Amino acid sequence: MIELISQQPIFAALIAMVGLSILFGGLLGYAAEKFKVEGDPIVEQIDELLPQTQCGQCGFPGCRPYAQSIADGDAINKCPPGGQATINALANLLGVPAPELDQEHGQESEVKTVAYIREDECIGCTKCIQACPVDAILGAAKLMHTVIADECTGCDLCVEPCPVDCIDMLPVEETIADWKWSTPAKPGQMIATDRRGELGSNTVQEDAA
Amino acid sequence: MNRTWVTPGGVHPPENKHQSMTQQIGSLPIPDKLVIPLSQHIGAAAAACVEVGQHVLKGQLIAEAAGVVSIPMHAPTSGTISAIEHRPIAHASGMLAPCIEITSDGADSWIEHQGISDYEHTSPEKLLEIVANAGITGMGGAGFPSAVKLNPGRQRPIDTLIINATECEPYITADDSAIRERAGEIVDGIKILSAILGHPHNILIGIEDNKPEAIAALQPHVESTGISIVVFPTKYPSGGEKQLIYILTGKELPAGKLPADLGMVCINIGTTYAIKRAVIDGEPLISRVTTVTGEAVGTQRNYDVLIGTPVSHLLAHNQFDQERCSRVIMGGPMMGFSLPSAEVPVVKTTNCILAPSYAEIPEDEPAQPCIRCGMCAEACPVSLLPQQLFWYAQAQDHDRLEAHNLFDCIECGACSYVCPSNIPLVQYYRSAKGEIRQAHDEKIRSDHARERFEFHKARIEQAEQEKEAKRAARREAAQQAKSATATNGSSGGSSAADIIAAAQARAAAKQASPEDQRAKLERTIAATEQRLQLAEEKLAEAVASNSDKQSVFSAAVENTRQKLEQSKSKLAELAE
Repeated sequence: MIELISQQPIFAALIAMVGLSILFGGLLGYAAEKFKVEGDPIVEQIDELLPQTQCGQCGFPGCRPYAQSIADGDAINKCPPGGQATINALANLLGVPAPELDQEHGQESEVKTVAYIREDECIGCTKCIQACPVDAILGAAKLMHTVIADECTGCDLCVEPCPVDCIDMLPVEETIADWKWSTPAKPGQMIATDRRGELGSNTVQEDAA
Repeated sequence: MNRTWVTPGGVHPPENKHQSMTQQIGSLPIPDKLVIPLSQHIGAAAAACVEVGQHVLKGQLIAEAAGVVSIPMHAPTSGTISAIEHRPIAHASGMLAPCIEITSDGADSWIEHQGISDYEHTSPEKLLEIVANAGITGMGGAGFPSAVKLNPGRQRPIDTLIINATECEPYITADDSAIRERAGEIVDGIKILSAILGHPHNILIGIEDNKPEAIAALQPHVESTGISIVVFPTKYPSGGEKQLIYILTGKELPAGKLPADLGMVCINIGTTYAIKRAVIDGEPLISRVTTVTGEAVGTQRNYDVLIGTPVSHLLAHNQFDQERCSRVIMGGPMMGFSLPSAEVPVVKTTNCILAPSYAEIPEDEPAQPCIRCGMCAEACPVSLLPQQLFWYAQAQDHDRLEAHNLFDCIECGACSYVCPSNIPLVQYYRSAKGEIRQAHDEKIRSDHARERFEFHKARIEQAEQEKEAKRAARREAAQQAKSATATNGSSGGSSAADIIAAAQARAAAKQASPEDQRAKLERTIAATEQRLQLAEEKLAEAVASNSDKQSVFSAAVENTRQKLEQSKSKLAELAE
């Protein structure tokens, strides 16, 4: 046997190659089992970018199911609370062009809001407590309810079930602590074609039409 | 002579310091109303501990520190607390913040107070407590509580104490004039600081070479004290903490580190004076030296101003010319901000009120496009790339902004100063910093919301499972019962008759023994006899009074008698 191998180098090469492929194949197989990633990492990454409002405006019961759906090829412009910023971030992550927000699912609101229960009018029906996706409403049957403003995501899912319409969505007031400087107006455009920005956008619209 | 190092970049704007140095530090009449904001510092706002209508004395505590990184506030003069409410404060946003208003009684009478002359034999802890209780913050600009800075902990021994007398920004001369007139007290303050920090090896006073009089005033007081005065060439911005540390020691403070991590503490020279007053004289921080300058005021000079004095009061006593003034700035022309109204009060960090004329500081010219000349990069004292930051700030590219160390920007304004296109670069950076912070906060909030949502989902699922389990258990029990009756049914003939028989059997089983039944019947008979007697009495009464209820009562008597007879016959049956 050894004689045959030493006389016929083709066999030596074959044995070596086969041996190496078995070895590396085994290693790869072991690594695939040992370092197996649980779940779909892209879903995690998409879920990280979604605003976690859990409002269901996208048509899915929460942010994670929508993340799963995006990973399966759904459109990325169905999240009004996240708005254009979220769409851009998702487009960046997935390497696709960023579309505009799909108005069918709602409009991006300028100000952040939180739910507020007019406590005098609350009848203690617990319907809003059941509707809240993040357990931000406190109360018990036949007792007054109230919203923990810090935990409220502003999803407004509690507004609709309220039988006495005592829940308002109030804008979060800016305080000195979270005030920030505004961005200055853009400097003047020097290049002639940039200056004719309006003209440029017109032609784009015409092209699209 | 100590060696000095040279920081990169920097600019040399016109100093304009001589205008306010022609006179000594002045004082102003006490304003009618003083407004003390509860937050004049970095950290938690103080908590008011007085009530509206209460009379307070000068130096009396009116707001307590809320937490470790916070400072108390004291009444700057005697008078009555006339309001505790939201007022405009010295903040670029122009927003309102909680303030205490004191209506002065004009007496300016001090609360009883006492200092310690023998600070060298007092424990550092005690001195630190005095500094904390006197409400002292850094008076250079940022307003970090001094007691926190002076207490770096055992694991960070301090070997260098740096006193910042740079005052590099144009127009401001508050520290310069204070050194000229109060050098002795300032050096006392430095000695107290040294005692608090356990007598560090090096005590350096960093001062620019444009203040020869101040240097000369300090010189005699520091001889044979181990304090060295380090003079270095004037350049803006040398007064930043990180810049000064580099100039004096050649050490660069890494991003995100504090000077204490390098064994240093850096204190503004104005603060040392306040510390001296607190320890030796027992006076809390209720006044400070503030420069009032600019061509729109008639007298340009420094004043010892009570904290809480409205800026309008300062201007009114200096022949302020509203017509000529382009804007009122708190702080210097490089890092200060335009005041939303002249009613805002002077706070512990107000080193300058600048009221320039239109010629002095004209309105901002419209910004032109960036031509990538690179002058901003040359001027940047932190060696950042301002033009790149500008680019990414416009694109709101937060990742790249952070990668280009936006958060190391000290917002000194040197880049905006040299920009030939008049681009308000610093405002872009401030806004971008705000946006990044906001995005960061939102990320934390959204992670928190996700956690809560997942917990909510898990809770609902668990409740659902428990319900399902109960339902299954009930179903099983029902089925068992069914099968049990089915087996009984197969052995005992027709079901309807069976059920009736079973019910009768159960009823019989429920009935008590004959003795019990007899006792019960006897009780019933006794009770009925009593009722009969009552009814007969009532009937007799009705008959006597000839009432129309006679018939009703006679029926009742008859009824009761029947019942009694029924019970008696049952008892007889039972006896058989």
